[in-house]
Amino acid sequence: MVEGANFSMSCPIPIREYPTVQMAHGGGGRLMHDLIGKMFRAVFKSPLDRGHDGAVIDSGGGRLAFTTDSYVVRPLFFPGGDIGKLAVCGTVNDLAMCGARPLWLSAGFILEEGLPMEDLWRVVRSMAVAAEGAGVSIVTGDTKVVDRGHGDGIYINTAGIGAVAAGIRIEPSRVKAGDAIIVSGDLGRHGVAILALREGLEFGCSIESDCAALGGVVADLLRCGAGVHCLRDLTRGGLVGALVEIAETAGVGIEVEEAAVPVSEPVRGACELLGMDPMHMANEGRMVSFVSAECADAALAALRGHPEGAGATVIGKVVAGPTGRVTLISRIGSRRILDMLSGEQLPRIC
Amino acid sequence: MRYIDEYRDPDGVRRLAEEIGRATGRAWTIMEVCGGQTHAIVRFGIDGLLPEGLTLVHGPGCPVCVTPIEIIDRAIGIASQRGVTLCSFGDMLRVPGSGKDLLRVKSEGGDVRIVYSPMDALRIAEANASREVVFFGVGFETTAPANGMAVYQAARRGVKNFSMLSAHVLVPPAMEAILSSECNRVNGFLAAGHVCAVMGYEEYEPIAARHRVPIVVTGFEPLDLLQGVLLCVRQLEEGRAEVENPYSRVVRREGNAEARRVMGEVFRVIDRKWRGIGMIPRSGLGLAEAYAEFDAEARFGVGGVSVEESGECISGLILRGLKKPVDCPAFGSRCTPERPLGATMVSGEGACAAYYKYRRHEAGPAGGRNNG
Repeated sequence: MVEGANFSMSCPIPIREYPTVQMAHGGGGRLMHDLIGKMFRAVFKSPLDRGHDGAVIDSGGGRLAFTTDSYVVRPLFFPGGDIGKLAVCGTVNDLAMCGARPLWLSAGFILEEGLPMEDLWRVVRSMAVAAEGAGVSIVTGDTKVVDRGHGDGIYINTAGIGAVAAGIRIEPSRVKAGDAIIVSGDLGRHGVAILALREGLEFGCSIESDCAALGGVVADLLRCGAGVHCLRDLTRGGLVGALVEIAETAGVGIEVEEAAVPVSEPVRGACELLGMDPMHMANEGRMVSFVSAECADAALAALRGHPEGAGATVIGKVVAGPTGRVTLISRIGSRRILDMLSGEQLPRIC
Repeated sequence: MRYIDEYRDPDGVRRLAEEIGRATGRAWTIMEVCGGQTHAIVRFGIDGLLPEGLTLVHGPGCPVCVTPIEIIDRAIGIASQRGVTLCSFGDMLRVPGSGKDLLRVKSEGGDVRIVYSPMDALRIAEANASREVVFFGVGFETTAPANGMAVYQAARRGVKNFSMLSAHVLVPPAMEAILSSECNRVNGFLAAGHVCAVMGYEEYEPIAARHRVPIVVTGFEPLDLLQGVLLCVRQLEEGRAEVENPYSRVVRREGNAEARRVMGEVFRVIDRKWRGIGMIPRSGLGLAEAYAEFDAEARFGVGGVSVEESGECISGLILRGLKKPVDCPAFGSRCTPERPLGATMVSGEGACAAYYKYRRHEAGPAGGRNNG
C-alpha cells in the first residue's frame, strides 16, 4: 500500500459528481480520457509516457514495445470474430501502432464458474489461429475462476511485447502541419455488429466486425520510410476519439472532409436509424495513419496491398491550429467541431 | 443512400439558400420546434447559410429536456427500490435530477437498463415475474403511441409486474404557450415532421389562424429544413399565415389513424409541468382511467416528490426561443455534458448539447474546452 504525499492530494476525479465508477468511465469518451489522464497517468508517472498505445523500452540491445489490454466483450461470439480473436488482434494492433513488430503475448483468463468448456475451447482455438496469422506466440499466461454471477463467462487480458526496428520512431509528437491523414478502411463495423447482436436489432443484412490484426499491413507501411509519423488504431471512441487525442497530444489542428470518410451503406443506415455517428463507433481492425504529404501516395499503395488496408483513403490533413481542435468540413461546405463524446454513445430517443 | 443523400445534395442546398436570400425582405424570427431539427441545423451549419436578419431560434421540442426535475427524481426513487428494474431510452439516464442521475443509480447497484423499444421493457417484465419492471415513458406525440402500445399489450396479456412512469408531452399547447407569452418574438414555425407523421397537421390550423403565424411541416435533412424556411419566409413576406406541408413524403393531413387510436385509448390529456417553462394546461399525457393500474407513480407512491430547479440554468429561456445556449454564462464552463446544470446540455436533442458538440469554439472564453 502506497502512503504519503501523493495520496494526500485530493482524488482527481471529482467524487461529488462521480462517487462510483460508471460505464462511461470505460466508454472511450471524455470521462475515460480524464480518468486515465488525471488518475492513472498522473499517479504512475511513467518515464516512458509519450501518450501512445504502448510504451517503447530501450533494452540496450534494441528497442521493445510493451502494451496490455483487457477484453470484456459481450456476446463472446459475434459475426466476424470472438473474444479470443479480439484479445490477440487488439494487443497485436497496439504494438503495431508503436511501430513495432509484434512478437510475444501473455494471456490471462478470468473464467466464470459454469462457462461451457466447449465455449472456452472455441475461444482458445480462435486465439491460436489469430496468433499464428499475426506471427506472434502466446508464451505465458494465468487462469482464475470466479463464482457464478461474478463475470460474463470469459474476460481475457493480454499483454504484448514487440521489437521496434532501428530508425523507426512512430509517435504523436512527430505529427506536423501538412501531414496527410489516412484511414485504412471503412468505419464502424465492429461497433454496429456488436450493438446489433446485443440488442437484437436487425438491419436486413449482416454486418461483420472488422476485427483483424494489423501487424502485416503496418510492417509494409513502415517501409515507406521516415514520412510515416504516427499510427493509431480506432477502437473505443472511434475515429473521432483517436483524432482528438492525437491533436491534443501533438498540439496541432486537424481537418477532416466528411465526404472522404469511408462508411459502408449498411453501417451508415444503421447509424442513421439509431442516431449514432459512424465516426464515433468502435473498430477492431482499422487504423489512422499520419504521413508526410510527399509520402501519402506510397503509404496508400502499401496499405492497399493488404486485405486489411484495401479500403485505405485520405480523409484530411493536419493544420497548424487551433491546437487540439478537430474540424469536419461537411458535404455542404460548412465546418463544425468533432469532439470526443462525454461517455458512451447512446441511441436517440425519437 | 436513398432518402438521405438526395436531401443533403450540396447544389440543392446552395440553390435553396440563394432562393431564401432573394425571398427575404425584412427581419424575421422562425422557430424550429423539434430538437432533432435543432441538431441538424447546428450540425450542418444551416443557420450560417441564411441572410442577415433571418434568425432561427430553437424550440421546446426535446422531450428529455422538458421533463421536470421532479419526475426524474421520481424515476430515481423508483429505480433505487429493491426488486425494481427501471427501463428507459438512453438519453434519459444522463439527465440530472436534483441529486444524481439514473446512470449513477445504476453504478450504485440499481437495475437500470437502456431499451430501444418500450416493448423490450414489457418482454423483460414477462421474463422476470418476481421483479417490478417500470418503463420510464418520455416523449412527444412521436413516441407516445409506441409507449402506449406497451401498456396496451401489458393489459391484454395480463402482465401485472409492468408499469409506466409517464412523462409524455404534447407539442401544440407548448406552441400556444410560446405565442401567448408577452415576450414572444417568434414570427413563424417549422413544425416537427415526426410529430406530424403521427398526429397530422389539422390541429395546427387553428393556431396559425388565431395567432397569425405561418406553420410549415418540416423534416430533418438540410434540404427539408431550407425548404421549410423558404416557405415560411414567403408566407411572412406575403402576409399569409397558413399551415403548409412540404414534408409530404412522410406526413399526411390526418396523420396515422391507428397510432392516434392507441394513444386515445391508453392516455388522457392532463396539465403538465415543463422543465424550465412551468405548468402548461392540457399539455401532457397521463394514463387513462382504464389503465390506471399501470401507473408507476401510484404503484410506488412517488407522486408527491417535488423539487426546485438549479437557479443558474437558463434552459427555460432557451426552450422558449428567448435565449441561445451561448448567451448562458455557465455554458461550457460550469455546465458541460460531463457536469450538466440542466437537461438541455445532455439530451441528444438538447440545444445546449448541440452547441457544445458542434460549435462551442464560437462562444468566447467561457465556451472553451473544459479540462477542469
